[in-house]
Amino acid sequence: MKNYITVVGLEVHAELKTKTKAFCSCSTEFGAKPNTHVCPVCLGMPGALPVMNKKVVEFAIRAGLALNCEIKNFNKFDRKNYFYPDLSKNYQISQFDKPICEHGHIDIRVGDQKKTIGITRIHMEEDAGKLVHSGTTISTSDSSAVDYNRAGVPLIEIVSEPDMRGAAEARAYLEQLKAILEYTDVCDCKMQEGSLRCDANISIMPEGAKEFGTRAEIKNLNSFRALERAIDYEVARQMEILEDNGHVVQETRTWDDANGVTLSMRSKEEAHDYRYFPEPDLVPINLDNAWIEEIRQGMPELPAARLERLLKLGLPEESAILIVNTKEMADYFDEGTKHTKDVKGFANWMLGDVSAYLNTENLTIKDFKVTPDHLAELVELINKGTLSSKLAKKVFAEMLKGNEAPQALVKKLGLEQVSDEGAIAKIVDEVLAKNPQSVADFKAGKGKAIGFLVGQVMKASHGKANPGIVNKMLKDKMQ
Amino acid sequence: MALYDYTVHELHEQLKSKKISSVELTKAVYDRIAQVDDQVKAYLTLDKEAALAQAAKVDAKIAAGEEIKPLAGVPGAIKDNISMKGVRLTCASKILENFTAIYDAHVIEKLRQDETVFLGKTNMDEFAMGSTTETSYFQMTHNPWDLSRVPGGSSGGSAAAIASGEAIWALGSDTGGSIRQPASFNGCVGIKPTYGRVSRYGCVAFASSLDQVGPITRDVTDAALVLNTICGLDAHDSTSQPVEVPDFTKALRQDVKGLRIGIPKEFYGEGTDPKVKLQLEAAMAKYKELGAEIVEVSLPHTEYAVITYYIIAPAEASANLARFDGVRYGYRHKEAASAPEMTTLSRTEGFGPEVKRRIMLGTYVLSSGYYDAYYKKAMQVRTLIRRDFEEVFKKVDVLLTPTSPVPAYKLDAKMDPLTVYMLDVTTIPVNMAGLPGISIPCGFADGMPVGMQLIGKPLDEETVLRAAYTFEQATEFHKAVAPLGGKK
Repeated sequence: MKNYITVVGLEVHAELKTKTKAFCSCSTEFGAKPNTHVCPVCLGMPGALPVMNKKVVEFAIRAGLALNCEIKNFNKFDRKNYFYPDLSKNYQISQFDKPICEHGHIDIRVGDQKKTIGITRIHMEEDAGKLVHSGTTISTSDSSAVDYNRAGVPLIEIVSEPDMRGAAEARAYLEQLKAILEYTDVCDCKMQEGSLRCDANISIMPEGAKEFGTRAEIKNLNSFRALERAIDYEVARQMEILEDNGHVVQETRTWDDANGVTLSMRSKEEAHDYRYFPEPDLVPINLDNAWIEEIRQGMPELPAARLERLLKLGLPEESAILIVNTKEMADYFDEGTKHTKDVKGFANWMLGDVSAYLNTENLTIKDFKVTPDHLAELVELINKGTLSSKLAKKVFAEMLKGNEAPQALVKKLGLEQVSDEGAIAKIVDEVLAKNPQSVADFKAGKGKAIGFLVGQVMKASHGKANPGIVNKMLKDKMQ
Repeated sequence: MALYDYTVHELHEQLKSKKISSVELTKAVYDRIAQVDDQVKAYLTLDKEAALAQAAKVDAKIAAGEEIKPLAGVPGAIKDNISMKGVRLTCASKILENFTAIYDAHVIEKLRQDETVFLGKTNMDEFAMGSTTETSYFQMTHNPWDLSRVPGGSSGGSAAAIASGEAIWALGSDTGGSIRQPASFNGCVGIKPTYGRVSRYGCVAFASSLDQVGPITRDVTDAALVLNTICGLDAHDSTSQPVEVPDFTKALRQDVKGLRIGIPKEFYGEGTDPKVKLQLEAAMAKYKELGAEIVEVSLPHTEYAVITYYIIAPAEASANLARFDGVRYGYRHKEAASAPEMTTLSRTEGFGPEVKRRIMLGTYVLSSGYYDAYYKKAMQVRTLIRRDFEEVFKKVDVLLTPTSPVPAYKLDAKMDPLTVYMLDVTTIPVNMAGLPGISIPCGFADGMPVGMQLIGKPLDEETVLRAAYTFEQATEFHKAVAPLGGKK
């Protein structure tokens, strides 16, 4: 079997966080009762006309600047024609040959490898409504219902160069992109709600080949996991075809997450002819350089800069990337480390117990009840020796219930670590008296026996004895 | 003279001086409609209850001694491609047969503010596609000057209503001549303002880069009055122009001394009826006599105007009419096995042949592989046509042409589509260049009205109105009343 190189390019749709839709003043809020955020414009009523929401352009510029793109002054819109019941005008207002942003790039890291991924273009367009079928597909359903609340919500489509060489790079790119969109406040990036969506163009070519192989476009990738799995599946599928001396067909495929396979939707021959032409209802816009500059000046710190900052604080790279990749995590970290100097300890709590809790509860850091200052206080209590790490977990479990301050909880639960040598010595003496065999073992050179004895002291002190002191004292007394 | 034969400005005076009431006037017009509309068939929908209620409101205002706007209480007719909240909106198509509009077009909002009275909605070519009003799904409208002839189109119902005394003023829309040509066929005044002068919001789009709403009236003064109300920037239409709207009645001066009137020879081509040409020559003589200067000019790309129009307009229409799919509103085929089939069958059954012809044409010229050869090329030619006008307007102030090469022809003449398309050669270039153009009566040919067209520079409706007004005041043509008879 030959060695193959995987080539991946991503098309990412991001819903913009504007308050109102792209071409009318309806709300963009997610989750409202069906067809309540609609008007003659987004319903495609006869005679209604679109009017450009300036915020959409501003958000697109912000995304473009964050992705190191050239921002084009001249902007026009085009109609992309196709019939589908979720598209109220049966054409989508989009940008065809003159996207607002071009020639960008972002840096990704996979392991210790750094790589630059090119951004071909970013263009503005409107979202469609949402269809709910009585059956599985539109053609086999007895009825379908349409909700036009999403119709006209602004999107940007970010098209990458085919610069990724496998699932890991694709994931790293999408994670980095998501982080940038979150940092710039352009998109809330909720993949499960569809505010960030991804299509992947995947092909393989034999090692040393000069031209890319024929690609398949995979739709319906709604999570990082789905993206990785779909790429791996697709690579294996295409490899099998090529090893069989077959040809990969250029086609659009959909990812079936339940069964872990991609399925053919339409071939190149069946592809739509979108009959693009300039949108006559919207006049072209010429973006003022001063405005672009103003937006540039107002740009927040981006993930790359934040990562540098966290690394300088002394965090290990792996931890720093994990924290920086989600803006709310990074904000939590920044807030918490105002209250403790132990940045590593704080990071370890965030990535350890906090993340574990959020994962089991299926929450994000945004929903996390424990405030950063309280978590920092907990870290400080451990460092001061007030709490053993075991007791700290107990306190943390209590904090989850109502964000009570850890210091107060320690008192309330009577969990203060006992570091008073007199009190510990009493317990140590009792334990030594009860366990002569272990004492003998230790003296005979079996170092392990001390672990058992420490455990007995901890048990007798209900976990409150300072383990460091216990250890030292046991050794001293047995010498 | 019956009440329904007066002009807006005459009736405004009578209302103000309490010689008549708006209710009385409105009733008189409805009586006239009841009397003649079974022959003319200008209307698709009447809204008598709302009209009389509005008239009574205006009467109360007058009785209270309050000021009223020139259009207040004077009943008008609206072309049925303009959206009025709560009123049926058909575009003369089966696909919208039972559709009730949910919002007011911008022009309707403005007219409501001025407290005018809306009589109802007038017949038209289906989706404004046609120049005879014969492509209407519902009925054929007859020309009040000769009931066996077409009223022109696509605003044929509005023009016929003015000529037959079934409305005092009317709104039409003009994509390639749809206000001016029916105005000329019916002996009315019709003006298509500069593209962007009037908001298109709520006027059902045929070809977005060409459509413009405008008045059809009995004289130039009335046209200026309606323009005063409907023109102006609208935040709901990005193509409406951010320019100040003058008081157009101030342009109504009898003064063409030194005015340079261009005669573009391409608009008097082979297809021009000699009797029409004769009337135009008389008009030129009249202008000379009034002190204007007549200058022969050339617009060399005129011959390409019609063919490029029939690429650009259908291309835009093919997208504009895509929304009529049976999903959200309008006609729906009930027996379809799936949603895509429902859309296909609804459109197949809901649209008439001319609309389908243009959708197919537009779909074709935008198709991959044909776009450059057709649409892109047509847009380039459009630029050339616009430049022709720019050049000519360096030399002259207005252009004078026939509104149509021929007067109104027989209903059901069964001409092939191409022949009918070519008759729009005099009006289409004006839309392609986005210019203001007016048609006013200038004589008769075999008893049928002949209209002349005055074309102005962008946003220079005032010069157009002044030239038209001066001619009108120096002649009697606008005073002629349609006989409402047939010469079969």
